Amino acid sequence: MNIDDIKREFPIFDDKIQNNDLVYLDSANSSQKPRVVVDRIYDFYSKEFSNVGRSVHYLAVAATNLYEQTRVSVQKYINAKDKDEIVFTKGATEAINLVANTFGQKYLSEGDEVLLTELEHHSNYVPWHFLRKAKNIKIEFAEINDDGEVTLEAIEKKITNKTKIISVSHLSNVTGAILPIKEIVKLAHSKNIPVLIDGCQGAPHLKLDMQDIDCDFYAISGHKMYGPTGIGVLYAKKKWLEDLPPYQGGGGMINEVKKEGITYGELPNKYEAGTMATAQVIAFNESIKFMEKIGIQNIEKHEKELLDYGLEKLRKNNSVNIIGNPKEKGGVISFTIEGVHPHDIATILDEDGVAIRAGHHCCQILHDKLNLPATARASFGVYNTKDDIDKLDEAINKCKKIFNL
Amino acid sequence: MDLKDLYQEIILDHGKNPRNLGKFDNYNKDAKGNNPLCGDNVHVYLRLNENKKVEDIAFEGHGCAISMASASIMTDMVRGKEEKEVKEIVSDFLGMIKEKDSLVTNILKDDEKTKLMSLSGVKQYPMRVKCATLSWHTLTSALDNSDQIVKTEE
Repeated sequence: MNIDDIKREFPIFDDKIQNNDLVYLDSANSSQKPRVVVDRIYDFYSKEFSNVGRSVHYLAVAATNLYEQTRVSVQKYINAKDKDEIVFTKGATEAINLVANTFGQKYLSEGDEVLLTELEHHSNYVPWHFLRKAKNIKIEFAEINDDGEVTLEAIEKKITNKTKIISVSHLSNVTGAILPIKEIVKLAHSKNIPVLIDGCQGAPHLKLDMQDIDCDFYAISGHKMYGPTGIGVLYAKKKWLEDLPPYQGGGGMINEVKKEGITYGELPNKYEAGTMATAQVIAFNESIKFMEKIGIQNIEKHEKELLDYGLEKLRKNNSVNIIGNPKEKGGVISFTIEGVHPHDIATILDEDGVAIRAGHHCCQILHDKLNLPATARASFGVYNTKDDIDKLDEAINKCKKIFNL
Repeated sequence: MDLKDLYQEIILDHGKNPRNLGKFDNYNKDAKGNNPLCGDNVHVYLRLNENKKVEDIAFEGHGCAISMASASIMTDMVRGKEEKEVKEIVSDFLGMIKEKDSLVTNILKDDEKTKLMSLSGVKQYPMRVKCATLSWHTLTSALDNSDQIVKTEE
């Protein structure tokens, strides 16, 4: 695969940004969009627009078909058993909220435990915190080790007979640790505990096979997969979607509405209330096709090469401290520079067109554990090159110079 | 934009070695502020005497060079001033960061104004303005005895 050709498919790299060639190292936050995705949104709105699933006119039927085609594409991409196991949401955040809310309603009561990890993004903690407030449940956190990993043993240690659901990240957006999710699911299932995987960072970078992983729920963010914002996916085993109550009420999710009572629609409509992000769902199909065309194994290999190169380069740069050292690691390098606050690093790097993220990356529990208020983070996408990492390294040196290090 | 405007020598100096960092025992006003965007926080402590004069002032917290330098310079500048003078300086400073080209208050001497103007570089970096203003909002909150934690995100 030729990265220069791939990069040319992303219009953002066509022009200079603030007089610099863009070195975009913030894909864990959100990825850039290939032309096929951008064009699809334009084309759909200009030539094909209609709401889906309601009217019977030509445009409505065509739009509904397009919308449902994305569902099938996602199903195949993640090897789900049934297309009805794919629920569109506004993002991974909503997908997790959906599970926490509906599962919590039906299965959690006072004293029950939800097991998370110290690595979790706020989106996989705050929704469970709501239940802690509303139902007096407990939240347990499996601990990270010194390498910034969560091992199977760390999970096992926190499972009790009160544990009702385990919700863990596939790939940490800070340390890059890839969790042993298949083993976690196996262990949990042996104790009859369902598992939700927060796949925000997993889905854009790793091969997914829902039937092989066997998790109960998997949350996906579209905008981190070269897709539009406002679109996410909840994969859930059909038995759960049939069993759990609906999440939001509104048009489209009902079967029959009477003054005396309401019956709910069939899957997947039951969980898709109101007008959905139609254009985004339809354009998301292009993101899936784009990733399929390159091949996820090629993306994985490319990002692994970048990661190895980046780690080697930054480790040589004295005063750079890399956060975590997981054995299985995705394309994320979080770091600090002794004597320079991450926000100052980000501003100085930006001056040379190097876009990184600084802060707690929505992981305050993890940063508290690491005893760091903030870190700087470079994260990779399919369009990054070794040259980008060289530029990162040069910009870090400039940073050190400004701060007289 | 020029990084030299943002990271002037005086900012780097105050950022690296903040003055008045810490806490003292007999403070009678204090307030906390935080920036949820980045997790930076500041806690301002001060002692107003019977004549409403800032007898002592200090701060605790962590943050970037800009926020540490801003709190450091601010605490230096308001020590010994009367409450209403402090409020005038705060409002002048915030006005300058937001829209005005210069400081207009007569309370500050020219060299003090020059020192404060070293923070004006953030105007070119909208995302960093909050770093410079957090401690100032927190000082106001302390003077007003507000129980509300100052947040940069509203």
